[in-house]
Amino acid sequence: MSTLPALEVRDLRKTYANGVEALKGVSLTVQQGDFFALLGPNGAGKSTLIGILSSLVNASSGDAEVFGISVTRQRSAAMRLIGLVPQELNFNMFEKPLDICINQAGFYGIPRRVAAERAEKYLNELRLWDKAEQPSRMLSGGMKRRLMIARAMMNEPKLLILDEPTAGVDIEIRRSMWQFITGINRAGTTVILTTHYLEEAEQLCRNIAIIDKGRIIENTSMKRLLAKLDVETFVLDLADGCGATLPEVAGVKLGRVDDHTLEAEMSRTHDLNSLFTALSAAGITVTSMRNKANRLEELFVRLVEGGAREQAA
Amino acid sequence: MSTSANLVALYTVTRREVARILRIWSQTLLPPAITMTLYFVIFGTLIGGRIGTMHGFTYMQYIVPGLVMMSIITNSYGNISSSFFGSKFGRFVEEMLVSPMPSWVILSGYVGGAVLRGLMVGAIVLGISLLFTHLTVAHPLVTVATVLLAATVFSLAGFVNAVFAKKFDDIAIVPTFVLTPLTYLGGVFYSVDLLPQPWRSLSFANPILYMVNAFRYGVLGVSDVGLAEAMLVMLGFAVALAALGMWLLKRGIGLRS
Repeated sequence: MSTLPALEVRDLRKTYANGVEALKGVSLTVQQGDFFALLGPNGAGKSTLIGILSSLVNASSGDAEVFGISVTRQRSAAMRLIGLVPQELNFNMFEKPLDICINQAGFYGIPRRVAAERAEKYLNELRLWDKAEQPSRMLSGGMKRRLMIARAMMNEPKLLILDEPTAGVDIEIRRSMWQFITGINRAGTTVILTTHYLEEAEQLCRNIAIIDKGRIIENTSMKRLLAKLDVETFVLDLADGCGATLPEVAGVKLGRVDDHTLEAEMSRTHDLNSLFTALSAAGITVTSMRNKANRLEELFVRLVEGGAREQAA
Repeated sequence: MSTSANLVALYTVTRREVARILRIWSQTLLPPAITMTLYFVIFGTLIGGRIGTMHGFTYMQYIVPGLVMMSIITNSYGNISSSFFGSKFGRFVEEMLVSPMPSWVILSGYVGGAVLRGLMVGAIVLGISLLFTHLTVAHPLVTVATVLLAATVFSLAGFVNAVFAKKFDDIAIVPTFVLTPLTYLGGVFYSVDLLPQPWRSLSFANPILYMVNAFRYGVLGVSDVGLAEAMLVMLGFAVALAALGMWLLKRGIGLRS
């Protein structure tokens, strides 16, 4: 296997005709086989970046290479390696899922016989085979999203780009989509995922870039990023409620949510024993405990808000 | 992509277009059949009987090639403009734009589909005309070449229209305000010899006149314009519009941001 990165973006810039500067010199590298999260608030430049990678948007300057092939100078060769699941539904609602998949393969020059076999395989894997002959407008929202994944797999891409693939999808279908995408990644396909469900990125992705206002503000491994989070908040569910006065615990900020729930904010290195000792001494019995917020979400908000404060200053 | 891969892609785009034409046959194939039947009844049978002969043919025989050509032109144009604009509007044009397909395959596939619609409608209208009159084809090769060239020219023109269109109204403006007047003034119903000056000379600036007359020459053996001249006009338009269509696709005008 070649050691070329799956994706190398170098100083990519995009200014739209209306003067909006969507990308202000983005550079990043995604290694082969990675499961990579590209996160950012709305309007940060994620879709523009994906648009350039999939040749739907023309870059103003800079370049991007997919497995060493330039998407701007060798468009056709680069596109053969990419599969795209866009954010918006973009298939013909009057066509059947089977035809949509077979036609997509045809656009990549894949013979009809092979295309039909692949369509059956991926529609089956995404639990859409029983809907293969129905007009696609009759599919539910979750089915339409899965159809776009099946379509993107028709050329069996080496790099699969998923732009918010689970938006508006219920948790059961979302989990089945995660399972499918994880399987694809384990089989060797590099995956780039953008999502607003940060727990999704935390669970699935090994590396992460956060983009904001057209710039990459963080690009590291998920592990390293999460290690930056120095404060954790726990939610404690109580058996019999608590009195008006809460015990004082050194290094722990204890707050009441309601009579049967407390919140404890503390350093990640702080031990939990002193908290439980103090609570026991106060006659408070804890029945269960959980992290208050998604860890990545806390970091994401902190990074994006930090960037906004820097700009304002 | 390799030649064989390009051929698979070309077949796919064309097949999808033909599937669309057949899926919505009541919008694509039926209306021209009804409209042209009315033309044959009203202009050919009722009014034509009082007009007499033109270039040695009954009026019905004289207008059949013009009406067939008119159907081919409007349907080739209408097919590609509505289909390609529809794919832009529904965003499924992106299926092709993110693929490795070269621009010429996309253009040829859409033009192929539109030409086939023109041929289907032309065959239907010609078949209906045989219920009203008797025809023999004087020059089969000229007839076929003219049909293919004219359908190609108007398919390419429809494609350019669809690329620039931003809303559905934009694909109706050209057929309503340009194509229909030029077709009616292009010698479908009359010989330009009947026109006084300067209208007679002005008519030669209308490209549809060359198409209608080349086709009439192919079917009946009579024409108001020279065959070579007509073929050159059609070839010139085909080459110029194909170059424009390719340029628009390559630059991504109206398609890529």
